[in-house]
Amino acid sequence: MSFNMTDPDQITNFSEYAQHGKAVIEIKDLYKSFGDNLVLNGFNMTLQEGENLVVMGKSGSGKSVMIKCLVGLEKPDSGTVKVLGKEINSLDQQTLDELRSDIGFLFQGSALYDSMTVRENLEFPMRRHKEKLGEVTNTEPLVREALENVGLAHTIDLMPEELSGGMKRRVALARTLILKPKVILYDEPTSGLDPITSKEIIELMRSIQKKYGTSSLIITHDVDCARVISERMILLVDGINYAEGTYSQLSQSTDPKVEAFFKK
Amino acid sequence: MGNTSTLFKGMKEFFMEIGDLSHFAARFFKEVLKPPFEFKELMRQCYQMGNRSLTLVTVTGFIIGLVLTLQSRPTLIQFGAVSWMPNMVGISIVREIGPVITALICAGRIASGIGAELGSMRVTEQIDAMEVSGTNPFKYLVITRIMATTLMLPILVIYGDLVALYGSALVENLKGGVSFQLYFNTVFDALSFSDLVPATIKSFFFGFAIGLVGCYKGYYSKKGTAGVGVAANTAVVMASLLLFVIDFIAVFISDIFYEL
Repeated sequence: MSFNMTDPDQITNFSEYAQHGKAVIEIKDLYKSFGDNLVLNGFNMTLQEGENLVVMGKSGSGKSVMIKCLVGLEKPDSGTVKVLGKEINSLDQQTLDELRSDIGFLFQGSALYDSMTVRENLEFPMRRHKEKLGEVTNTEPLVREALENVGLAHTIDLMPEELSGGMKRRVALARTLILKPKVILYDEPTSGLDPITSKEIIELMRSIQKKYGTSSLIITHDVDCARVISERMILLVDGINYAEGTYSQLSQSTDPKVEAFFKK
Repeated sequence: MGNTSTLFKGMKEFFMEIGDLSHFAARFFKEVLKPPFEFKELMRQCYQMGNRSLTLVTVTGFIIGLVLTLQSRPTLIQFGAVSWMPNMVGISIVREIGPVITALICAGRIASGIGAELGSMRVTEQIDAMEVSGTNPFKYLVITRIMATTLMLPILVIYGDLVALYGSALVENLKGGVSFQLYFNTVFDALSFSDLVPATIKSFFFGFAIGLVGCYKGYYSKKGTAGVGVAANTAVVMASLLLFVIDFIAVFISDIFYEL
């Protein structure tokens, strides 16, 4: 049984903009299974414009599957997935590709292209979305701007193998930003990083959200990350949105399944 | 009973694999003529596959030419037919040994490389990242690689043939005092159009098979680093087997044409 803690009277740090803004992501009754393994069992979620929403869940709880359904990398068994007002599963390939230019996706392992330099990694998404960038002929200023945003302009001609884990994550974030997306999906943005680098990445995510006004959906099991960045949280347990509310509300819950997430 | 069920399971897996590979090939033909065309990446792949295989093909071709001539020489001397050496070596290298050996080397070198590269891209979500950025990874990664192997293998085969013939000529020159000019004149006199064309055509098929199998194994590599190793390994095995099947079919068909 799931319960909701998002009663507007109770919430204090959930931004006004997010409360009354329009939904940029809507998931209704999402079901997904792999063979006999039912991963998502009627998951529901809404991300408001300009909001930072954190979805927490244990490893293997279906967080990554859910986020991949949002960009069409996984096809749900049933349910509705709407991003920026468009039903993902009914789009043809060209429309889906156009929509994807408005969705940034930061992969768990950064997913930088090994055979390309940092510059080529950042130029790559621009190849298919020239119209959106206004037929840009010189990509250099855009690449430099994106790298400066993450403080790594000096790495422009390096190969991914020459970067540390944290630098890779920041370059991946710069690549995500290059098309100026309206929504950014973060899949475990701090996983595999030391606490100091994790903190830097979280700060970077916050500054980007502030600068570009993007909506962010963050998938994580890092409680510290959730505490710092979330305006609202959803706990994904047994394939459903088990609990929903602000960090302070959920961290004070006495429900054993919710408590388990916040135990040190 | 247990053996029978294992046999049926094995056969089922084999036919499913053939079905999946055919489906993958059908997707290649469906998408290869559709824009956008990734010319830059195709050129890069052609350069990489050709350039990186060149040393291996040179060394192998040269040694094959040397060994074939050294091994055949005593027997031909015994029958007083050593003057037929250029004809025999030329025809056997151009028709069969050159294409098959070069293709096998490329299966080991290129198919495993493609399998491992695409496999690791799958595991590290680079293929997903490409898809999310609006680029069709099948067109960018698979079509360019299959096209590159299909185009480059015939060139490597012709080059390998020439190097092997040079190796053979070197032995004849050192052991029999035959000049290089006389050796190559005799070889080219012995060769006809019907020797070169089937060998070149089958080289295109060899190249296609190597690219197809390497890409198929890598693109659908199972998750995990172990999957990358399996993809590289099975790509070599499957490509090598497929080469012999194609070779048999090519020889069978060209034999029909010879009889006509």
